[in-house]
Amino acid sequence: MNPSAESSQPAVTYLNHETTVGSWLLTRDHKRIGVMFLVLVILALLLGGIFAMVLRIELLTPGPTIISAMTYNRMFTLHGVTMVWLFMIPAIPSAFGNFVLPIMLGAKDVAFPRLNLASVYIYVAGAALTLFGMLWSGADTGWTFYTPYSTTSPTAVTPILLGVFVIGFSTIITGLNFITTVHTLRAPGMHWSRIPLFVWALYGTSIIQVVATPVLGMVLLLVFFERVMGVGIFDPARGGDPVLFQHMFWFYSHPAVYIMVLPAMGVITEVVCAFSRKNIFGYKMIAASTFGIAFVGFFSWGHHMFVSGQSTFGSGFFGVLSMLVAIFTAIKIFNWVATMYGGSIELKVPLLYVLGFIFLLMFGGMTGVAVATTSLDVHWHDTYFIVAHFHYIMVGAVLMAFLAALHYWWPKMFGRVYPERWSFLAASTIIFGFIVTFLPQFLLGNLGMPRRYYQYPAELQWLNVLSTAGASLLAFGFSLIAVYLLWSLRYGAESTPNPWGSKGYEWHSGSPPAPHNFTEAPRFEREVHDYTVPEAPRVY
Amino acid sequence: MTPADESLGGTVNELFRRMLFLPEQASTVARDVDFLHYLIITTTMVMATLIFGTAAYFLIRFRRRSETEVTRKVEGTLGWEVLFVGLPLTTFLVWFFMGYHDFIRMQTPPPDAMDVYVVGKQWMWKFTYPEGPNAIGVLRVPVGKPVRLLLTSRDVIHSFYVPAFRIKQDALPGAYTQTWFEVTKPGSYRVMCTEYCGLKHSEMWAEVVALSPEDYEAWMQEQRRGLVARRDATPSAPEREAPQKPARQAARYDAQEPQGELMYGERGTLAERGERVAAERGCLKCHTVDGTAHIGPTWLDLYGRRERLTTGETVVADEAYLTESMMKPQVRIVAGFEPVMPTYLGVLEAAEVAALVEYIKTLRGARLETIRSEGPVYEPVGGK
Repeated sequence: MNPSAESSQPAVTYLNHETTVGSWLLTRDHKRIGVMFLVLVILALLLGGIFAMVLRIELLTPGPTIISAMTYNRMFTLHGVTMVWLFMIPAIPSAFGNFVLPIMLGAKDVAFPRLNLASVYIYVAGAALTLFGMLWSGADTGWTFYTPYSTTSPTAVTPILLGVFVIGFSTIITGLNFITTVHTLRAPGMHWSRIPLFVWALYGTSIIQVVATPVLGMVLLLVFFERVMGVGIFDPARGGDPVLFQHMFWFYSHPAVYIMVLPAMGVITEVVCAFSRKNIFGYKMIAASTFGIAFVGFFSWGHHMFVSGQSTFGSGFFGVLSMLVAIFTAIKIFNWVATMYGGSIELKVPLLYVLGFIFLLMFGGMTGVAVATTSLDVHWHDTYFIVAHFHYIMVGAVLMAFLAALHYWWPKMFGRVYPERWSFLAASTIIFGFIVTFLPQFLLGNLGMPRRYYQYPAELQWLNVLSTAGASLLAFGFSLIAVYLLWSLRYGAESTPNPWGSKGYEWHSGSPPAPHNFTEAPRFEREVHDYTVPEAPRVY
Repeated sequence: MTPADESLGGTVNELFRRMLFLPEQASTVARDVDFLHYLIITTTMVMATLIFGTAAYFLIRFRRRSETEVTRKVEGTLGWEVLFVGLPLTTFLVWFFMGYHDFIRMQTPPPDAMDVYVVGKQWMWKFTYPEGPNAIGVLRVPVGKPVRLLLTSRDVIHSFYVPAFRIKQDALPGAYTQTWFEVTKPGSYRVMCTEYCGLKHSEMWAEVVALSPEDYEAWMQEQRRGLVARRDATPSAPEREAPQKPARQAARYDAQEPQGELMYGERGTLAERGERVAAERGCLKCHTVDGTAHIGPTWLDLYGRRERLTTGETVVADEAYLTESMMKPQVRIVAGFEPVMPTYLGVLEAAEVAALVEYIKTLRGARLETIRSEGPVYEPVGGK
């Protein structure tokens, strides 16, 4: 389509310098590992999405529709497990983080390339165990594995617990790798105050991954011991406490929300700057709020337990601390919008996803503030309001940022351009579909429809049908993306080294990058996203 | 409080309630909870629209006019930072304190509340009154009187949820939790389980039937006289007039009615049953009812007593502690006693536990008899 761009592609890239299957499977190149993770998490997204569509079709009628209650209960468990641990947690850090973090820092690779490769295989092993459990008999506990239901359920909870336990090590290794890389492998001139905000976001995320994931490992092992050996930690008959599980589970799983959302916020910062051609409005505020969220996230787990019988004081404590998360998030939103002021804005598809992100994050965040007020949460707890809330803020945010990153870095990763019109159609369909899917669920929650309900009162049917219609739009949008991205890999026009004119540091390398990222040591002479001069960053 | 509220406040309330798809407001706290809901949703929608509108304006106003455009560097000043932090912080904290004020009220049963014991099990709700009667699937309460529910579970965790009352409370195995409500108008209100509990989680429904105080008293008298053998077989008059649940639902509860349960054929008040249970289950081998210490603490004046524990802490012997002592006796031992009591989890039926607690409540020394109030002693339940 654009033959003049042909010459701008480097002759030797990380994609073509070795092409055997073995060179991929045994690679220690962070870029290839990033691409492998990208493929894996997209497969997980596909699987989780299929589960979601089955759930939505089942909920078309108030009674049984296509599957039995037992299948339904397994289906929402598998949907949650797949989406949380196989897709959302590794999606941005392990795929895009692995790919761009070393390049942004001017490094050749991450600090521990072999461990990085191991993280892929640990993820695959964990995913295989989980899939084995799903195929064996599934699990019907919900992704939260609440005791004593999970310790007594006859379904294949054990392999799924172990699968998630194993995947945790992949997460920890990625986190360790990023922290070490940021500390030790920054190129000359890459001062702490110049580190791109996507890297700061990954750094904050990595701390949570390293600190919180072991707690998940412990609690899953305890459930495993309880199931296999009957140790009785969560069994009241032996002096155990079922609610203890909830405390331990949410001590990990609440910060885990920020493992998903912080990298997403990092992507948004990069994309807002690149397409507004503007420096970020408050660099220090964005970086500081990242760590604010990472820190406060560890002290707000009890907001999942306002009606669990925890003390009134405890609920107040966790409620007010949860508000702080919303404040740090608000700081980021204000900064992104303020960054657009005085910019030179071009509405490309990644920026469209950013607008979708801000919209969903705002509504998700504001409803988060509402549930943190304690009194309102009593009505909403465990209803579809909560389902809608966390799908807006967690799933919506991660998906929007994931798709923004995919479209922003697609030319960087594969050196190809995707068809613009189709991508706009897909993005609009997905944003609209997402709102149509989950807005009715807020109203269902207000009406009092509990979550994880196979059957529901007949008067709630029309809202459920609307939600399913939205989910179909989502499925259509994702299929469209899959088609045109795969098409562009083979038939898409070759990309220029910096198709967006971005001043992000990752554009110091070619598109696609050279096997060791740079052919000479990059120098960082200007601040990141400095658009006061017209020249694009030099490709090293 | 009712749709008949024609005042301006009532009309606005009704408008918002319908716009937000909220269920009817049938308890004393519902309208206050909803008020904060309206306030927060309205404010956040306005704020979100403003922010998003600003972004949309920037998008058009600062659109790219040429490919080679450069932009000047703009960075936030201290003033902007203070605004970005201060504005949400102030707003959110005000909402939090308004909400927490309501939450404390929702967590604190009034001293004149009547008690009902609630047991969740896969997949039904049982209700037991201290006066004796019990019911499956239907909780009858008088309008205008606070009702405290003491909840427990026989198997996994359940959650008792009445959307029209805006209340919800988890029912835990081996422990008692509490919640309360006061119904404002007669009618039938749906109860749903909101903590996932297995195969028929979505069918674990019940209903609260609120009767006028006279109807309630008449129903209770009827129960006491034992005129109806199975209380759920003949619904009372207001229940028949109340909005009917689907036939499928009704049929399900009839099918679920367990046959031959120990507690359900018995007569007498809960306390009288508790006395029998104490004898049959061997409680009295270690606990006395006359004030003398034995292998375990005496039950006389136990309820509401502040006990010193082996750890040096103190605990008020309320429903939660008494239940815990039966289910998890090793957790908190009263000072001066050996940790020798076995657990009764799985041995005692949940209804038997309730009966024992009610029995212990009646064991009062003569010197206290003169000043004893009608209701139970309410101490804050210490929480978990």
